[in-house]
Amino acid sequence: MSTTDGVLAAGVPEFTTPAAATATIAAPKHRWGVFWRYLLLSVVALIVLFPIYMTVVNSLVETDEFSKKFFPTDPQWHTYSDAWTNGHVGNYLKNSFIVTFIIVIGQLITATLAAYAFAFLDFPFKRTLFIVFLATLMIPFEITIITNLQTVSESGWINDVFGVTLYDTYAGLAIPFLATGFGAFLLRQAFLGVPRDLQDAASLDGYGHLRFMARVVVPLARPTLAALAVFSFLSAWNQYLWPLLVTRDDRLRTVQIGLKQLRNTNLQDFNVTFAGAILAIIPLAVLLLVFQKQLVRGLTAGAVKG
Amino acid sequence: MSRVALEGVTRKFGDVTAVDNLTLEIKDEEFLVLLGPSGCGKSTALRMIAGLEDPTEGTIQIGDRVVNDVEPKDRDIAMVFQSYALYPHMTVERNIEFPLKSRNVPKEDRAGQVLEAARMLDLEPFLKRKPAELSGGQRQRVALARAIVRRPQAFLMDEPLSNLDAKLRVQTRAELIELQRRLLATVIYVTHDQVEAMTMGHRIAIMEKGVLQQVGAPSDVYAKPANLFVARFIGNPPMNTVEGDLTDGGLRVHELTIPLPDAAAGAARQAGVRRAVLGIRPEHLSIGTDGLIAATVTVVEALGHERHVICRLEDDQMIIVRQPSSDPSPSEGETLRLSADPEHVHLFDATSGQRVDG
Repeated sequence: MSTTDGVLAAGVPEFTTPAAATATIAAPKHRWGVFWRYLLLSVVALIVLFPIYMTVVNSLVETDEFSKKFFPTDPQWHTYSDAWTNGHVGNYLKNSFIVTFIIVIGQLITATLAAYAFAFLDFPFKRTLFIVFLATLMIPFEITIITNLQTVSESGWINDVFGVTLYDTYAGLAIPFLATGFGAFLLRQAFLGVPRDLQDAASLDGYGHLRFMARVVVPLARPTLAALAVFSFLSAWNQYLWPLLVTRDDRLRTVQIGLKQLRNTNLQDFNVTFAGAILAIIPLAVLLLVFQKQLVRGLTAGAVKG
Repeated sequence: MSRVALEGVTRKFGDVTAVDNLTLEIKDEEFLVLLGPSGCGKSTALRMIAGLEDPTEGTIQIGDRVVNDVEPKDRDIAMVFQSYALYPHMTVERNIEFPLKSRNVPKEDRAGQVLEAARMLDLEPFLKRKPAELSGGQRQRVALARAIVRRPQAFLMDEPLSNLDAKLRVQTRAELIELQRRLLATVIYVTHDQVEAMTMGHRIAIMEKGVLQQVGAPSDVYAKPANLFVARFIGNPPMNTVEGDLTDGGLRVHELTIPLPDAAAGAARQAGVRRAVLGIRPEHLSIGTDGLIAATVTVVEALGHERHVICRLEDDQMIIVRQPSSDPSPSEGETLRLSADPEHVHLFDATSGQRVDG
């Protein structure tokens, strides 16, 4: 609503200048609006943060005080070192990092190549293929999980089935997620924003497709690539079902499976499990704080541009 | 620098023929302007020379070799785009250096060449800036620097001035002419702006609907347009035209018979033309009391150095007279008599649109 509308709506006498009206009438109304908005957001934030807060509290209290205290009077910091060393959370985190890293890099590479093809190349059935790409977004991973499991196990990527190397195990964890329809779509939209003249100029300057992509398109789409990286990181990090299915050796399990493991082996020390859970979300919390902007962009890009 | 030659070049997009059988030679060190309204195929022709479009038929030659199957990067030409096509994430320096890098020019040589190009276009103070931090004119100069740094065989320019404001355009136009003379460059310059074409080109090639209409020096094209399209397209205000039947006494338009110069009338008769269009440029009409054509003044446009008097004939056709500001100004609504200078009358076949008076 414009200032003038606000003045008229508030029934201000005609001789009041719009500026004065804004100062005397529109401003307090605006301030109340902000107040209610912040109140609502604060309540929602409290609801969301409360379980996390209680997890922190429970990780620091004795087991018999579990869920009885809202503030740890005698914090048991050793639960964290127990989770890290005895509960192998450190190792689980390392595994998660490796697998997530492979997935993020893999997705960035495959999505960039696919998006470049859809944005800059002309080939038969381009539109149909793109729709097929988009259609993969509609299929939940659970539907393809049995086929994927079979493919991966027959390829010898599951550890201890064929006794293959450690690298192969990480490969087994990452392989189904190395390509992403969502990423290709997101990047294609960004690439379409690169002026066609730049491609022409680059081809006259002596740059073929790959070099044009690497030197011009990718640097220009860096914000979207960052958004995709954050998004891939989140979904790879939070995976549960697939890592559970393709790993049998505890040394190779990712942190989400590791937490479940921790609960099974520390029935008496529930606080250690909570400490493990907190350790597992620290990387995500850091990521969210650092890349907030990119994450929001990643989540809204499809809605705004698509 | 090199000559560029197009021989029977055609480009079709589906059913649409963008360029139709274009044969044109651009001489070494020549500044040739491809002029025409939007959609006439001039940019497509330029893009075919660059290698960004493939001709459906015909051959394109740069220097001594046919380049139809040569990649754009290997044609040894540089292009300046209307949008400038600068790489936004690179500094001015890196933009200018970009074409050298791909050609594996040693780093130490690159710096010198970039500096030389930048110096030539007064870009030295801006080398560390990014394109977004430059004005339109400065960006244009960066695009030019990127083109000249490679010392190509020919420069292709696709409406490079149309994103500049009017004042800057005049200035940059002069700078471009100067640059071309200094580099002795072969330039093929696409524009829809006839003022640019008239002032910059050694020769102008006018295109319409994919077909080349006329090639010639600006003064020749202005003085002797080959057909009605060129006659009406070149010149501002445009040439006045009236259509009528050819008779022994001249051109009959309604009740009026306009006498024709003997040469024009003879040529028309020899060509068997029955219906013709007479053209006369606004500066070749004069206002007097004994003129043949009666007209009523509708608008008088005073431009300072000259005046455009816009009149209506009895049959409501519009006719424009250009007169120096020093002449007495007619007033709006006044009825005048106009006379045409027979030396400067142009005659066209009304059916084919072609010039008939040689």
